[in-house]
Amino acid sequence: MLVPEDLKYAETHEWVRIDKTIGTVGITDHAQAELTDIVYVELPQVGAKVTAKKPAAVVESVKAASDIYSPVSGEVTEINSDLESNPGLVNTGPYTEGWLFKVRLEEGADLSELKDAAAYSAQIGQ
Amino acid sequence: MFPAMAATPSELQRTPLYGEHLKLRAKLIAFGGWEMPVFYTSILEEHQAVRQQAGIFDISHMGEVEISGPNAPGWLNSMLTNNLARLEIGEGQYTLMLNDQGGVIDDLIVYRRSETGYFLVVNAAKIAEDVSWLQNHQAEGVSVSDQSHLFSAVAVQGPNAAKVFQPIGELPSRNHIAKFALGRVPMLVARTGYTGEDGFEAFFPAETSAEIWSTFLEFGQTEGLKPCGLGARDTLRLEACYPLNGSDLTPETSPLEAGLGFFVDLKKDSFVGQEALLHQADAGLTRRLVAVKLAPKSPPPRPHYPISAESSVIGELTSGTQSPTLGVGIGLGYVKLPFTKPGQPIEIDVRGRKFPATVQKKPLYKRNVSA
Repeated sequence: MLVPEDLKYAETHEWVRIDKTIGTVGITDHAQAELTDIVYVELPQVGAKVTAKKPAAVVESVKAASDIYSPVSGEVTEINSDLESNPGLVNTGPYTEGWLFKVRLEEGADLSELKDAAAYSAQIGQ
Repeated sequence: MFPAMAATPSELQRTPLYGEHLKLRAKLIAFGGWEMPVFYTSILEEHQAVRQQAGIFDISHMGEVEISGPNAPGWLNSMLTNNLARLEIGEGQYTLMLNDQGGVIDDLIVYRRSETGYFLVVNAAKIAEDVSWLQNHQAEGVSVSDQSHLFSAVAVQGPNAAKVFQPIGELPSRNHIAKFALGRVPMLVARTGYTGEDGFEAFFPAETSAEIWSTFLEFGQTEGLKPCGLGARDTLRLEACYPLNGSDLTPETSPLEAGLGFFVDLKKDSFVGQEALLHQADAGLTRRLVAVKLAPKSPPPRPHYPISAESSVIGELTSGTQSPTLGVGIGLGYVKLPFTKPGQPIEIDVRGRKFPATVQKKPLYKRNVSA
């Protein structure tokens, strides 16, 4: 399973890519492989506030609906609208075209609880 | 995310094919007290394999009960809803076991194996309950024997299923069962299934499980046969609108409400639940199990989502999924009359948002029958 070095990870299998004040959020390769066959993605609205460790989106596979917890707090600035017509992008490119939403990070956001690639790899047993 | 994939409790039962599932790196889940494959590679791929070629399912978790004895025909007919007297030897029928209130204990297939011998195939989660219900009502001259632990079983389903089974001999016709031997292994093969496709269910001694599984996979190599899990089994049966006991059928719902009146002979001599059903038929139904289809690009419906019409709640879903064949959300649910007619516009409440849907004629998927 891919675990890119440049990302931060939540224990609940989301990743965030920090670029100055903007965090791009998605689910990990491990998560998409566990879920398989993603058929629907429900995203927050642009402008909505999301809170770290609180549900922000829903990813649905054939079998079940799963809450996606935001790894960071802040305001949603952009959502991946390609997922509306092609939710399978989360399966095929969990770290690229399958990203979920972007967040303007709260000032002084504490990212210390997020894991680096090595710690997340250890968590998923690889 | 996905708390559903929690660690498996150790008290779950495993079928004799568990080792084969591990070899194939199946994703396992708890189902009806059993640890079973939910998929091997992908629910969608496995679903398509069955619709287009063939799939093989481990159904060893299901129960097998033998009923025999001089008084078995009359007695068993009084325990089940369909008319057992219509069965010729070697023929099977879908039927239901009801409680005294006319609610469903189990839905099952009963095969007539001889003049006075029957073979029942029952749901995994209901084996103990069915057997004790039968034993509690047992009459003289009848024996009830739970054979579940002796049998393993697989279902091979799909347009190529008959080609996969060809090597075993002349195959039974729809709803019939016959005895075969695969090498030195005796087996019962029935032409039945739970997918809406042509297919077979084979029952064989538990200790031969791995050998038989491999043999069928070999037979199916040129037919696109793919191991399939419970995930595809659920999407396939839901497209075909076959009810799932425990979800669509419960001790609180009657077969008349579930639209299974065809499998209930109200006119035969008395059977358990008959009085309640006659009363219900007389008074008129207040709800029915309907099939629903959502508009494109809606979230997949799930069990327990509320169904509404004209701004009031008229029922709830008992099953739901994204249909791989139709590409939209589908489901089954109990809906109040008069909102049960095909074409009726309804709304499905998904996490507080309402999505348009319509009541559909059952089944939602029907195979093209060429033969």
